[in-house]
Amino acid sequence: MAFVLPNLPYAPDALEPYVDTTTMTIHHGKHHAAYVNNVNAALEKFPEMKSLGIVDLNKVSIWYEFSVQTENTLQHTGGGHFNHSFFWKVMTKPSNSNGPSAELKAAIDKAFGSMEAMKEKFNAAAAGRFGSGWAWLGVKPDGSLGVTSTANQDNPLQQVAEEKMIPILGLDVWEHAYYLKYQNRRPEYIAAFWNVVNWEQVNDNFKAACGGGMPAL
Amino acid sequence: MAALLNGKLNLTARPAPAQRPSVRTNAVALKPLPYAPDALEPHMSKATFEFHHGKHHRAYADNLNKQIAGKEWDQKDLDTIVMSSWNNGNPTPEFNNAAQVWNHEFFWESMKPNGGGEPTGPLMEAIKRDFGSFDEFKNQFKAAGMTQFGSGWAWLVTDKSGKLSISKTPNAVVPVVEGKFPILTVDVWEHAYYLDYQNRRPDFIQTFMDKLISWDAVSDRFVKATA
Repeated sequence: MAFVLPNLPYAPDALEPYVDTTTMTIHHGKHHAAYVNNVNAALEKFPEMKSLGIVDLNKVSIWYEFSVQTENTLQHTGGGHFNHSFFWKVMTKPSNSNGPSAELKAAIDKAFGSMEAMKEKFNAAAAGRFGSGWAWLGVKPDGSLGVTSTANQDNPLQQVAEEKMIPILGLDVWEHAYYLKYQNRRPEYIAAFWNVVNWEQVNDNFKAACGGGMPAL
Repeated sequence: MAALLNGKLNLTARPAPAQRPSVRTNAVALKPLPYAPDALEPHMSKATFEFHHGKHHRAYADNLNKQIAGKEWDQKDLDTIVMSSWNNGNPTPEFNNAAQVWNHEFFWESMKPNGGGEPTGPLMEAIKRDFGSFDEFKNQFKAAGMTQFGSGWAWLVTDKSGKLSISKTPNAVVPVVEGKFPILTVDVWEHAYYLDYQNRRPDFIQTFMDKLISWDAVSDRFVKATA
């Protein structure tokens, strides 16, 4: 079954003033929509993979593509569709969210020392990703939390990821995610992002990740 | 590497820098735009230049200068820093900044007000010979720009004999590090076009080709690279 563009979980202006309405409209309606169309088109060449959900597609596809030595279309488009679907859900209207659960907070403190220290690491990963990419907070194979960044539309589920983890929070740092409002001021965008984090979703993601899985997208 | 002669990057010549200071300073300069920031309107807006040149390009120069302050490369020219920091494909932290300074200078000089149209002379002959037609060159150049996934650049390059080809590179990579002589580039980092074109990268590249290319500059570079 072909992938479809999921609706935004909120109106395009819901994340104002931190993420502007025009960006949300174009980011979702043009960029993400194109990934959906393109991953469906790419899967025409790999019909045996059509039955995979988007998470499994990301987990297996990259190894598969390299083994058949094709251009890494699934890596780009399957990554792009997963990343954006995931991203909309970890954001919400500012002040609509209560913060990390006790369990998540404990895991953050254990891995990083404090919430502030985690944010510093995450922010550095986001600011330091040269070119296009994403920053991630996730559960590593050993069960602890980690921060990483990936290039382009890669994500830590993929075989190509330098540091594999189950993402629980992610931030798009492609310029299209922030340029209309922030232009070159990526650090300002990154700081603003914390105002729109949907901690309830992140808590759910964390709970599922501790069991080795992810909630349905 | 063919492009590296006596440790200096004997690159395609760029037009004589009119405004570079004659006294060698230690810092890598933010070279001024070759035209006013509104000169390429409406195809590339003044606002875009204010950020692209005034912030992005400036930051690459500033950050490079911080990295090399007081070190050996502080006394070198930009071409040398680019080649040295490439470090044979294992780039040092300076490379991204140095190459991006180089790339942006090269990009501004690839454009001019009332640009576009077609080249003439030996360059046009070479284009027709190596691509079949000028239209086919445009198709391939546009395709390269469209398919450079994420951030990067599309290039028209020549070898010493004048054989033309199209190249695309990610992020800060510049084909000189692969021994090719660039003669034209388009920046396809989103910051190059997002204010004016948003997601419509193909439209941006088309407009760049139709309205902005300085074929004089490109021909100059071609002649000097193949001299």
